[in-house]
Amino acid sequence: MIRYLLLFSRQGKLRLQKWFTPISEREKKKIIRDMTTMVLARPPRSCNFLHWKDLKVIYKRYASLYFCLAIDNHENELIALEVIHRYVELLDKYFGNVCELDIIFNFEKAYFILDEFLIGGEIQETSKQMVNRAIEASDMLQETMEEYMSKPAF
Amino acid sequence: MSDVVEKTLTALPSLLSFDSQSGATKLSSTSKLGNLIRGITELTSKHEEEKLIQRELVSIKEQVSSPNTSMRQMKELMVRAIYCEMLGYEASFSYIHAIKLAQQGTALEKRVGYLAVSLFLNESHELLLLLVNTVLKDLQSTNLIEVCMALTVVSQMFPKDMIPAILPLVEEKLNHPKEIIRRKAVLALYKFYLIAPNQVQHIHNKFRKALCDKDPGVMAASLHIYSQMIQENPEGYKDLTASFVTILKQVVGGKLPMDFNYHSVPAPWLQIQLLRILAFLGKNDQSSSEIIYEVLDESLRRAEINHNITYAILYECVKCIYTIHPKSELLEKAAKCIGNFVLSPKINLKYLGLKALTYVVQQDPKLALQHQMTIIECLDHPDLIIKRETLELLFRITNAQNVTVIVEKMLEFLRVNKDDYTTIDLVGKVAELAEKYAPDNEWFIETMSTVFSVGGDMMQPDIPNSFLKLLSEGFDSVEEDRKLRLFAVDSYVSLLQGEPGKLPQRFLQVISWVLGEYSSLREELEAATVLRLLAKLLDMKSTSSETKSWVLMAMTKLCEGGAGVSVAQEVCETYSSSLDTVLRQRAQELQHLSQDCELRARVLPRDAGLEPLEVDSSLSFLDGFVSEALAAGAAPYKPPHQRQEELAQSKALSLEPYGLSLPISMSSCSIADRQSPTLLSVSSGLSGDSPDLSHKGGSTTLKLDGVKRVWGREGYLSQREPVEESAQVEVPSPLRSPSQQGEADSSHSQTPAPIPTPQPEQEKQQLASSLFVGLGSQSSVCLMGKSEPTTQRFRREAKGPSSSSASAASEQISNSLVSTPSTANNLLCNNLLDSNVTSELTVSSLEQTSQLSQSPAAANGTCDVELTDGDMKESSPSLVRDNGVVAADPAPHEDPDRPEDLCLNTHLPAEFSGLCHSEITPLCSNQSLDLSACHVQKEDSLALVVFIYNSSDSDIQQILLELDSDELEVSCVCDSAVQEARSHSVAVCQYSLTVKRPSVHVEVVGMVSYQFPVGTPQSLQFSYKLPLTSFIRPLTVSTEEYGTMWLDFSHDTKQKLTLISDGQEPLADTLNVLKKKLKLHVVEIIGMEGIIACRLLQDQPCLMHCRLHAGTLSVWLRSPVPDLPDCLMYHCQRALQEH
Repeated sequence: MIRYLLLFSRQGKLRLQKWFTPISEREKKKIIRDMTTMVLARPPRSCNFLHWKDLKVIYKRYASLYFCLAIDNHENELIALEVIHRYVELLDKYFGNVCELDIIFNFEKAYFILDEFLIGGEIQETSKQMVNRAIEASDMLQETMEEYMSKPAF
Repeated sequence: MSDVVEKTLTALPSLLSFDSQSGATKLSSTSKLGNLIRGITELTSKHEEEKLIQRELVSIKEQVSSPNTSMRQMKELMVRAIYCEMLGYEASFSYIHAIKLAQQGTALEKRVGYLAVSLFLNESHELLLLLVNTVLKDLQSTNLIEVCMALTVVSQMFPKDMIPAILPLVEEKLNHPKEIIRRKAVLALYKFYLIAPNQVQHIHNKFRKALCDKDPGVMAASLHIYSQMIQENPEGYKDLTASFVTILKQVVGGKLPMDFNYHSVPAPWLQIQLLRILAFLGKNDQSSSEIIYEVLDESLRRAEINHNITYAILYECVKCIYTIHPKSELLEKAAKCIGNFVLSPKINLKYLGLKALTYVVQQDPKLALQHQMTIIECLDHPDLIIKRETLELLFRITNAQNVTVIVEKMLEFLRVNKDDYTTIDLVGKVAELAEKYAPDNEWFIETMSTVFSVGGDMMQPDIPNSFLKLLSEGFDSVEEDRKLRLFAVDSYVSLLQGEPGKLPQRFLQVISWVLGEYSSLREELEAATVLRLLAKLLDMKSTSSETKSWVLMAMTKLCEGGAGVSVAQEVCETYSSSLDTVLRQRAQELQHLSQDCELRARVLPRDAGLEPLEVDSSLSFLDGFVSEALAAGAAPYKPPHQRQEELAQSKALSLEPYGLSLPISMSSCSIADRQSPTLLSVSSGLSGDSPDLSHKGGSTTLKLDGVKRVWGREGYLSQREPVEESAQVEVPSPLRSPSQQGEADSSHSQTPAPIPTPQPEQEKQQLASSLFVGLGSQSSVCLMGKSEPTTQRFRREAKGPSSSSASAASEQISNSLVSTPSTANNLLCNNLLDSNVTSELTVSSLEQTSQLSQSPAAANGTCDVELTDGDMKESSPSLVRDNGVVAADPAPHEDPDRPEDLCLNTHLPAEFSGLCHSEITPLCSNQSLDLSACHVQKEDSLALVVFIYNSSDSDIQQILLELDSDELEVSCVCDSAVQEARSHSVAVCQYSLTVKRPSVHVEVVGMVSYQFPVGTPQSLQFSYKLPLTSFIRPLTVSTEEYGTMWLDFSHDTKQKLTLISDGQEPLADTLNVLKKKLKLHVVEIIGMEGIIACRLLQDQPCLMHCRLHAGTLSVWLRSPVPDLPDCLMYHCQRALQEH
């Protein structure tokens, strides 16, 4: 089971956080601090897996963004790496050539996509098409609602 | 694809300046969020950021609380609040508005509302209760998107107590025509299963339906639940093995829609999930494993594309192959896979290869040998993670011959490592290895010194404790003990003469203790010198006050002779006025004892034995004082937690009618007073009724573990060994004859003969030979490998496999069939410990065992001997194990005449003859002892009877059984304390058990230590599990009494149970089943309602109210004991299901 997912920039700025198990606010802050220092200190081309307490941390860098995933110790590290990659693919498909700014300015969208992809720390949908269909369905609704709202009242 | 992403992302800096050009950012560039984000990126200091965010938060707060804010604006505000929280600033004022938004907003606002809620709150947050209604409404909505949102948030987090409220609606969704809804519903149920398994117990058949769903996505989702359930109870799902195999075959064969492909590999996530499930099912089960082999082979074959995802599948296959019953062909392929991983230039694969090697090395040490050069290279790998994993591997293959090299490598790593968690872990491992395999005294002391200085103050406290214990208890020979202590004294004196300021506090404490205790052994060393060195420690600023008290205590032991006393006096002057009361106390002691030689000799005798101190922990000598005070009108003592509880109770809202609030506290008091059977009060009859012992619900033994008691009247109080053994299985010690060595060597003929190699290469080979020396490497490389049998010098006790490691051991054994002769031989010492237990049990299938164990329960309703899973595992017959033994060793230690259960029955104490007892289960055994146990249900107590059968040819003396449990009080029935067991006879011990803290299943862990007339003390560990129902007795009360009691109890739980509806009167039938199986007392049945009463042993009542309602039975349980209703509910559910 995935415990949490963090996205942060090369400067250590948090871009996205998703916690799949209940963790106190203090602990969260500590984890974020630990993760950023640990991951940012890694030299390039080194192993993508780290240990953190009894968890395994899987991280991968895409340009200026680090995706960092904590999983239980017995889980498969390589597939976790692919979870990250699939998420990036999903973001890319949705935003079209995704960049860090997309995620910064539209982080709620990034969360929506994540919610369609992972639920409660487990993979829900691995198909790119399906995730996008689900997001688009809700977006459509949004669009029509926005149109509706913007119509003059008289 | 990733390249594209990376390219785009690298273009980012340029985008920052022209962000209006970016399509996605255009939308928000004018929004307030956009402004905020841009504002923050422009700032340079943290301080400025903080000011900006605080301003922002103030403005958000103003707007959200304004009544004119529309939901649309609210949505925008929430997004900003989320952003602020992400930056680490609290916006708790917005939580309630997020819930409001989810409640009142239209679809798109609702979505943001739900997102904000799921990001802001966590499962235990009280505001979450306000969300329940919204979720309920949305689940019933006709709008699919709203249903999806509700299901998503439910599986993110939902208050545990409110699950029953929405469960029917979620269940309903399992039949929804849309597969995405069904899938989300299954995942929501998975979440419920994780947080409250007994809430969803009744819908297991629906999980099966989900597994058979026509949509593969729904089926995949249901696998999460199955994986969890199978892991917990593999026996219950063996029938599904073939189905999972079929599914996997279809997936591997590419039968799924293209949608499920990932980089042209069919549904890799699904494959891995299935492989994991199959591993659980095939573990220790040959017949299930045989069904799995074929598909594993196919998976291995299909996973050929050179991509990460196929490696992930391969890795899972390898793990599965090594977990299930071994098959040589597959093992060969798996070994090849591991080889490819280890040799791969890709660092991630190398890491996994090492990890896999670590996993299999105990079953197949040969494999590590094949890759020894790679392993050596990995030891010097620039990436610390790889190094760390290599050390983990080496740790598993450590033996007495290579221990020095491996420990040196570990210490080397520790010196450069910066990560605290790794340091703690590794330091523990070094200490363990040093203790187990130390070649000589000097090495041991030096290694431990390094451990203490590197591990510093973060290491596990039991490392210094067990080190000191080892020093004080000593081992075989007195002379060796003396040498070891002397060496410790010498090296510590020289350390103190150097720069003690740099040493960690824990180390200083160890040093002061050792010097205090043993510096007199070194005759030429004057006590005054040591005292001066110790006094120097006191003057250092960095010394903590805890260390100072250790130092002072050491000085107290040492102050002798004129010079010594004067140093002591000086110190006393400084510290007897210290603000720290402990230090002041120690200083006072030092002062008095240094002046009064006679007293000192009595208080701190030299060469004091290690007899346990007699401590009057019940403080019975104060009884007179207490009773006087009580007579004078003082309030009786209440422990802090009880005081707090009462305070909380008086503060909490009373939901009962006013008139009854008084009896509640009254009755809780009286119950608290009644339940005080205690171990300690028995020993001191006087204080049996002293009020401080009647803790409510808590344990009644004095809590000594919270208080640091390190010193006693006679010096250091040795700490009890932690009962739990380290989880890893020990590497068998390399006791091999030269001929076996030869055999092992010949099996490695494929390794090339050594040819002259260049210098660095030679160094590596030397290293290799010293690392792999115990594993049977090539004799030509084996430079240091003199395979003389070495004994483990610092072993205090034989660490026999406890029941927890038994399964691991059996794993090894099952593999011994295919490993080399040398391995099989190595494994022998482990598997023999197990073989006796199971060898005579030749039950063919596990179902039979479980039937056997359950049939008595059904036959006579008064006795419940339901065996738990743990028990079944222990007694499960494994033909493989037997084979392993026979194949490996023609002269096994099996006794043809070891006691059968039937014979043991005759040893059951006479007073139990009329009572029913559970099946006699084997606990643990080794060459000389077999332990079995059963429990006997008496009218008002539960007795545990342990049978110790001595299967050796000599009498065993000084048998000592120690039992312990988290949930239970265990007390020995005094006349049954066994001391010795004659050869081939049975000794019986009796214990009485009472529940301390209810739990669904309770477990007793224990250790038996014993000694042969000649030879070293040995010990064995075991555990015994029994269900809570063994402690339940009927409680005969009248309806009126029931009525008054009902309102008094504060802990309750409600749930709907399935009704047994095959007879005329469903309610009566159901209650009868419960009565029979759980031994409850049916008080009365009135129409559609029934009331039932029972008690947990030692008079802790639990009342049950049942009512027929729409075809189910709504049950309400109440009790004064926390957790008891929940546990009982679980057993009721089980009882009805099994019916």
